[in-house]
Amino acid sequence: MDIFIQILNGLDKGAAYALIALGLTLIFGTLGVVNFAHGALFMIGAFCAVTLAKILNFSFVVIDPSQKDFLGNPLKVQTPYVEAWFGPEIGASIIDWSVPLAILFAIPVMVAVGFIMERGLIKHFYKRAHADQILVTFGLAIVLQEIIKYFYGANPIPTPAPDVFKGSFDFGAALGLDPNVVIYPYWRLVYFGFSAIIIAGVFGFLQFTTFGMVVRAGMADRETVGLLGINIDKRFTIMFGVAAAVAGLAGVMYAPINSPNYHMGMDFLVLSFVVVVVGGMGSLPGAVAAGFLLGILESFASMNQIKSLLPGIDQIIIYLVAIAILLTRPRGLMGRKGVMEE
Amino acid sequence: MLGLNQKDARLMLIVLVLTILAPIILNPFPAGSELAQFNAGYPDLMQRFVIFGIFAIGFNILFGLTGYLSFGHAAFLGVGSYAGVWMMKLLTMNVLPAILISVVVAGLFSVLIGYISLRRSGIYFSILTLAFAQMSFSLAYSVFTPITNGETGLQLSLNDPRVLGISQTADGSIPVTHFFGIEMRDGLEMSVGSWLFTFNFGYYLSAVIMLIAFYLAIRIFRSPFGMMLRAVKSNQQRLNYTGLNPKPYTLAAFVISGMYAGLAGGLMVAMDPLAGAERMQWTASGEVVLMTILGGAGTLIGPILGAGMIKYFENIFSKINETILHQWFQWLPDGLEDLIVALIYPFIGKGWHLTLGIVFMLVVIFLPGGLVEGGQRIGALFNRKKRAAEDAKSGSTDPKSTPAE
Repeated sequence: MDIFIQILNGLDKGAAYALIALGLTLIFGTLGVVNFAHGALFMIGAFCAVTLAKILNFSFVVIDPSQKDFLGNPLKVQTPYVEAWFGPEIGASIIDWSVPLAILFAIPVMVAVGFIMERGLIKHFYKRAHADQILVTFGLAIVLQEIIKYFYGANPIPTPAPDVFKGSFDFGAALGLDPNVVIYPYWRLVYFGFSAIIIAGVFGFLQFTTFGMVVRAGMADRETVGLLGINIDKRFTIMFGVAAAVAGLAGVMYAPINSPNYHMGMDFLVLSFVVVVVGGMGSLPGAVAAGFLLGILESFASMNQIKSLLPGIDQIIIYLVAIAILLTRPRGLMGRKGVMEE
Repeated sequence: MLGLNQKDARLMLIVLVLTILAPIILNPFPAGSELAQFNAGYPDLMQRFVIFGIFAIGFNILFGLTGYLSFGHAAFLGVGSYAGVWMMKLLTMNVLPAILISVVVAGLFSVLIGYISLRRSGIYFSILTLAFAQMSFSLAYSVFTPITNGETGLQLSLNDPRVLGISQTADGSIPVTHFFGIEMRDGLEMSVGSWLFTFNFGYYLSAVIMLIAFYLAIRIFRSPFGMMLRAVKSNQQRLNYTGLNPKPYTLAAFVISGMYAGLAGGLMVAMDPLAGAERMQWTASGEVVLMTILGGAGTLIGPILGAGMIKYFENIFSKINETILHQWFQWLPDGLEDLIVALIYPFIGKGWHLTLGIVFMLVVIFLPGGLVEGGQRIGALFNRKKRAAEDAKSGSTDPKSTPAE
């Protein structure tokens, strides 16, 4: 049963890795840019959820003489505007559902951030060395996280999931086993389902639309597509926006799992780079597979039986796998030939 | 002089004079005055200037010459620190063995990591070094707790053996670090008028070591070995076709820069005998990258400038708060004063990281050669103006300045 629990535990972390790595690979595969600011996009997504929750909670204060506080003064009652406009019940549930609603809020914001980043900065770095791209996006990541820190402070901001998803799902009972053995928080299930939808959406978009076909063609041979009279740069810019939105949505939905703070992006960035490299630079299925694989491996390594055998393995398993793969299979699990081999 | 050409000798002399006079130069404001908080001439900060200078000089030997961008150099500094503290726990409080062992251990560690990481290049090399450093960091926090003392950090204690020294002093406290009897925290204080200068022995020891490290770096830059490293950066394939194997050269550069990092770690311990795992975290590795690029990668003096600038910002610039700003802009009308303070405040004081990030981005975008290139460009601008003025006066054009035929 332990194994089942560990696979479940690995899935939601793996889902986050997979989403970030997917965005990184989209950017790398289309534009050939190594984006160290991608973790910052994830973080901005999480703060979109925080911001929407704050906006929805804007309240006006009414002094209610019929209620007294413990000193006997009239009580100040705060009513959020949403409750006043839509009635207390609908208003309360809108506030309760702020995180899922933030998805709608985050998509335009993230796409805009992505466009500005690509047009304003990264466009000028296509021709420069990878080291320069790493450095400038690293600087950008510092700037973005300091801006967030200035507005939201350094402390994590708890952003709860809707009440419906509080509590845990009892897998054991559902499968006819002992109850309370395999329990799993609802929100993590939601996260996993959500990321599966996003991943399927991105793949479907690239596979079944004309736009996606052109983008894939551009990834394979940019020059030829350009010679055919297609404005591939414009399409790649749009893909940058999509990649930013994917990272942002991963962040929005992750907010209830881990209270957002300004350096969460950096924490995820290092790991998602490792994921991209393990999956193979430029390979979208590779990024997703490696994300889940490493997430699950990590949770297996934190099992007590394994930890007692190899102490500390849970901390380093991802890096060990990455080093082993980089040294034995330079292209990663599913990397294409000739993409960034050296 | 000492095998340096005239230009390098002059640079070396300038650095020498600046480091020796640093306690005076960095203390331009009288003690107790309003501006005294911008004085950087106190021992702790000056030590950090030179120690991080060493770290950045070493990083520059790898990145500046070979172009290999390591994102895990802090691991060597951390390993060096741990080795140094252990030397002080087991052997003696004399800093010399501690510093030597730091260099040796960091060197061995970098041979291991370099041998594996250098099998790949480009971004893969960056990620491999990052992965190794993060691994070392996680292990120092968890499994290696008996050696590293985990989250608390490795410290000296009263019942350490210290075979060649004393476990505790007569009054029952932990002995202090010394160099053959001269205590690191010792120093001279000199007051001239209302100025107070502190000449700290620990600083001068670090400064001498930094000067030696700087001299070695110049020699490496100018040696055939250095030329080989530059060849690796400019075109590794061509080097291969010439029949040369670049691997030993890059590995040597990696190990040398790892030893520089270990030296910096050992000196940190010599000044303040404790070591923590956070020194190995990847943000620390990122910091040395920032220092080197900001100052000018591939230049001699750049890394020291970058290190000094970042440490100055971190320690001095970050202290400016809103009240001080209001004092500065007092002379403005009230509304304007508030506006200006509100506009500037996010960028200074606690927000100095924001300024750092912006400056860093600007440097990467517009000045790939860092501050040094900026200085050269400004210098060139003045020279051109001067020459243009002279040309105009004499009425003739310099034949050299005509476009190439």
